[in-house]
Amino acid sequence: MTNMEFIIGKYNYWIYIVLMMIGFYAMIAKRNLVKKIVGMNIFQTAIILFFVSIGSKKGGATIPIIRAGDEAVNAAQYINPLPHVLMLTAIVVMVSTFGVAMALILMIYRKYRTLEEDEILKPGAET
Amino acid sequence: MTEHAPVLIIVIPLMAACLNILLGLWKKELSYPWAVLVTAVVFGLSLLLMQTVLSGGTVHYRLGGWAPPWGIEYVIDHLNAFLAVIVSFIGCIVAVYSRRSIEKELPGKQVYFYSIYLLLITGLLGITVTGDVFNIYVFLEISSLAGYALIAVGDDRAPMASFNYVIMGTIGACFYLLGVGYLYMVTGTLNMGDLSRILPGLSHSRVVYTAFAFFMVGTAIKMAFFPLHIWLPAAYTHAPSAVSAIAASTMTKVGAYVMIRIMYTVFKPAFSLEVIPMSAILGWASAAAMIAGSVLALGQKDLKRMFSFMLVAEVGYIVMGVSRGNSTAFTGAVLHILNDAFMMACLFLVAGAVRYRKNARNITDLAGLHQEMPLTMLALFAAALSMVGVPPTAGFFSKWYLILGTIKAGEWIFAAAFLLSSLLNAVMFYRVLETVYYTGEPTPKRQGGSSAAVNEVPLTMLGPILVMAVGVLVLGLFSGRIIDTVIRFTVPEGF
Repeated sequence: MTNMEFIIGKYNYWIYIVLMMIGFYAMIAKRNLVKKIVGMNIFQTAIILFFVSIGSKKGGATIPIIRAGDEAVNAAQYINPLPHVLMLTAIVVMVSTFGVAMALILMIYRKYRTLEEDEILKPGAET
Repeated sequence: MTEHAPVLIIVIPLMAACLNILLGLWKKELSYPWAVLVTAVVFGLSLLLMQTVLSGGTVHYRLGGWAPPWGIEYVIDHLNAFLAVIVSFIGCIVAVYSRRSIEKELPGKQVYFYSIYLLLITGLLGITVTGDVFNIYVFLEISSLAGYALIAVGDDRAPMASFNYVIMGTIGACFYLLGVGYLYMVTGTLNMGDLSRILPGLSHSRVVYTAFAFFMVGTAIKMAFFPLHIWLPAAYTHAPSAVSAIAASTMTKVGAYVMIRIMYTVFKPAFSLEVIPMSAILGWASAAAMIAGSVLALGQKDLKRMFSFMLVAEVGYIVMGVSRGNSTAFTGAVLHILNDAFMMACLFLVAGAVRYRKNARNITDLAGLHQEMPLTMLALFAAALSMVGVPPTAGFFSKWYLILGTIKAGEWIFAAAFLLSSLLNAVMFYRVLETVYYTGEPTPKRQGGSSAAVNEVPLTMLGPILVMAVGVLVLGLFSGRIIDTVIRFTVPEGF
């Protein structure tokens, strides 16, 4: 039973691991360049889920804005905002990576007229 | 001004990169002098930082005045300043070099090239000055993104090479980011100094082990450490000449720097080397890197591709020195970061010069080139001696320390790996230099005259090549002083 509780109680972490592995698999195993990029996005999104998970709290915790009546800050009442802020930065990085990768795909497509890795690598042995 | 140097070193190239676009819209020719000026200023600032560190110890700079655990803190100690000087110096020299080669390889795109080039310098310098683990991730990605773009504009195969680099680089950066996340989970801080205070108490937490593993794999991908090096040869072979030179000489070194910081500042040597047997893991992997890099380099026809595989071997040298766990090997590794930056810059600049003049990229095309480009080939000769490790050159001294370090650790087999790798380098460069000096038709008589054969590259290209070649010799002669004034202080406590 404790095993089940362990899995269900931390389901967001399990989802993060599953998503990350899906993305990882797509980046490594897929032969189509667009699919690789999609895999990359899933991989990065999994990391966002992970970071958001470590900041969140169950049981009525809310955003860290102290109301006029509150006296002492009780950490259990507030969600840690820092991981979310880190993810804002990371999302910017991820979007830029995505943009660069799409630009590269465009260059590759114009040159080879295909996005299948096997066909691109066919003419020459070395890359 | 002086107290703001740690942040100016990043803000200046960042702003300059944006201004460069506007400047380029107005007058296209201005972007080259602008880039050279900016990199020169940044080099001056990094020297100033080095001076400050040498006279007054570690510099702490609070961004926006926020106190360290909450705000981002820039920390510059001897190792940071050392790396910043290397990166900014090579950045400046390659900027000077890039004019003619970029004119030929990327006609009409100079303005954008220099903007991205300055962003690359920003990212690399950012990694070297920051004292915050998340901030390193951001700068790592700035430099990598600039690197992807610069590599992609190379020759025909460059976009595909760059795409593979994007995939691998993103995995590396994401692993690093996960490491940051796991550490944040148990410590609640991102500041390196803070982390190093908290982590010793958590050295048996499985979360910390996980974080350490992610950090190691992430940085290993970014620095092209042996089994994870596959993106590097293609990317650096097909990139424009100037980009290969700056990337090969600085990007892998900065990756090595991040690994040193993670292993010995964030985590302590007691954790990295004793709780987790990193010494053995990295030792065997880097021995494999040295041998495999050298053997693979032997089989290459393309000059830049051969140098790229040598770079893989050189990364192995550095990691071997870092992971031995004694001060001699560590000194050798830090010295080798400097020496290898110069050697690699010199080799890739020479390859770029050959490509510029002869439009050639294979080793066989070098035949008899000593008559046409005597000074360039002399520079190649100096760098080759240093790569092999012949005494007066820089390469000898760092290898000496590295080998002594492995012997001190009692690991003779790793010392043998160093010697074997050096031997393979000697074989390789013998082949290259034999082609340069002893093959090809003797003094091709042209209709022009008797000595019209000398046809060196333009001065803006020849100058940087010679600076690097002379640098290799000078660094060798002054290696004792460099160790005494700087490197001695970079050795982590507990060695």
